[in-house]
Amino acid sequence: MIDVNALIGPYPFRYVPHPDPEVLVHVLAREGLRGAWVGHLPSAFHRDPSAGNAQLYTALAPHAPTLRPVPTIRPDWPRWEDALRAAAGAGAPAVRVYPTLWQLGPHDGRLRELAIACGERRMAVLLTVRFEDLRQRHPLDVAGDLPAAAIRDLARAGAGVRLVVTAAGRELIEEVHWGLTPEEQRRVVWDISWIWGPPEDHLAKLFRAIGADRFVYGTHWPLRLTQAPRANLALLPDDVATAALADPEALFA
Amino acid sequence: MTAPAGAAGGARGGGPLAGAGPLIDAHAHFYHPRSPRGDWAEVNAARLRAGERIGITYHVASILGSWGASSPVYFPSPADVTAGNDAMYAICEREWRRVRAYVTVNPNHTAHAVAEIARGAARGAVGVKLAASRRADDPLLDPVCEAAARHGFPVLHHVWQHRTREWPSQEISDGADLAALARRHPGVTFILAHIGGGGDYMHTFPAIADAPNVVVDVSGSGVDRGMLDEAVLRLGVERILWGSDVTMETGLAKLMGFEAIRLAAERMALIRAGNALRIFPAGSFPEAATAAAGAAR
Repeated sequence: MIDVNALIGPYPFRYVPHPDPEVLVHVLAREGLRGAWVGHLPSAFHRDPSAGNAQLYTALAPHAPTLRPVPTIRPDWPRWEDALRAAAGAGAPAVRVYPTLWQLGPHDGRLRELAIACGERRMAVLLTVRFEDLRQRHPLDVAGDLPAAAIRDLARAGAGVRLVVTAAGRELIEEVHWGLTPEEQRRVVWDISWIWGPPEDHLAKLFRAIGADRFVYGTHWPLRLTQAPRANLALLPDDVATAALADPEALFA
Repeated sequence: MTAPAGAAGGARGGGPLAGAGPLIDAHAHFYHPRSPRGDWAEVNAARLRAGERIGITYHVASILGSWGASSPVYFPSPADVTAGNDAMYAICEREWRRVRAYVTVNPNHTAHAVAEIARGAARGAVGVKLAASRRADDPLLDPVCEAAARHGFPVLHHVWQHRTREWPSQEISDGADLAALARRHPGVTFILAHIGGGGDYMHTFPAIADAPNVVVDVSGSGVDRGMLDEAVLRLGVERILWGSDVTMETGLAKLMGFEAIRLAAERMALIRAGNALRIFPAGSFPEAATAAAGAAR
């Protein structure tokens, strides 16, 4: 399996142990994962992500194809199309966007434009609902969680759009999923890094209601323990234990 | 499509996912028909089912009154406290091999709380659960702690890891508040709840460092990398209990995480069960005690 939700680099609001690509490769091997889509954590907080993207490409190059870059692209930044072209040239399967950190509202046309452009290049848009639990955030970390409306808006942007939404919980997933047409629903997959297991069994309930094929494997490394999604899958009730997750590398198949 | 979901987590039908050896969940909850949840029985069954998969020997659990049905979760009325405790004792009697009870109390009703502790001791409870009904350093808690001491009960306190403001629906305490209470009651062991349950655990560790009768449980939905390493480094394994609270998958992940940081087996055994055997009343966990003694031989 592929981990769609990995990052490298430090986090501005707390110390994160060794967030380095060499360590990530070791962790993936330990967890039995084939590879990871990797973003650059500091770039989420930079005004201009260009330098961070360059750093990401350089850092991951020795670890290709196990680690695939997922650069950050701001659609409100001049010449973002050049950044998208560079991402495609670097073999990026997706681009990361952070609408709340950039204060882009849920119906911002520039986000839709980027999503459509990504789809035309058979690249997904990767959204992050949250980096940390609301209850522990730094006083300066005021952007808030990604709202469901922003995801619905992008899912409706066009038939070629593909969204990978990371770090969402059950409530948000259900709000988005049942707020889309069946065709729009098929444009969205969710990583399982932040979905509760037993005794609430949110993951099992989502598999039953929505289908395991709408979910992909994600860890949220280096912020969270990589073992959490593995433990969650291992504790699925028998009726959904053999359900198959989606392959993120076949989103455009 | 990719690999079957469950395939990522180790073989089904094999041994316990958490490996062999006794494992005590020091922070669990159950529900009952008077709670607002229509699925209460399903959630209870899911806990026991997941416990079997993980390899939990004992669930040490509490019920917080009516869970909000007729009084607030963290400010339960005396009547709801009693009813919730009765429901908890009934579960213990039915699942006596694997479930133990905390006596839940609301210290604002001090005489009732003290009486409930005595009643709980008679019904086989093994500890006290302090809901977030009153700040931990308040003198009102002293009679409750004295009652816990009389019965040799540890006191599990719902804690916010570094409170920087008031939060609704609870009168929250943090490590510094609980340490103040612990210093007044050196003969009682206090379990600081869920370092993964919200707030900044990095504040908690230094806040309780000099209060040796405060131990932590690792439960909670939070699985920050670095949290376990820091707990071991700052407190030592003797002051860490394993627990799950309402997310058992994160509990299992933390056991896997301790393995990943290469904690030695004998130190891991303390977190899994050895520390709980030490701080709860003797005889609370006979199966775990026998297994631990066997391993020691």
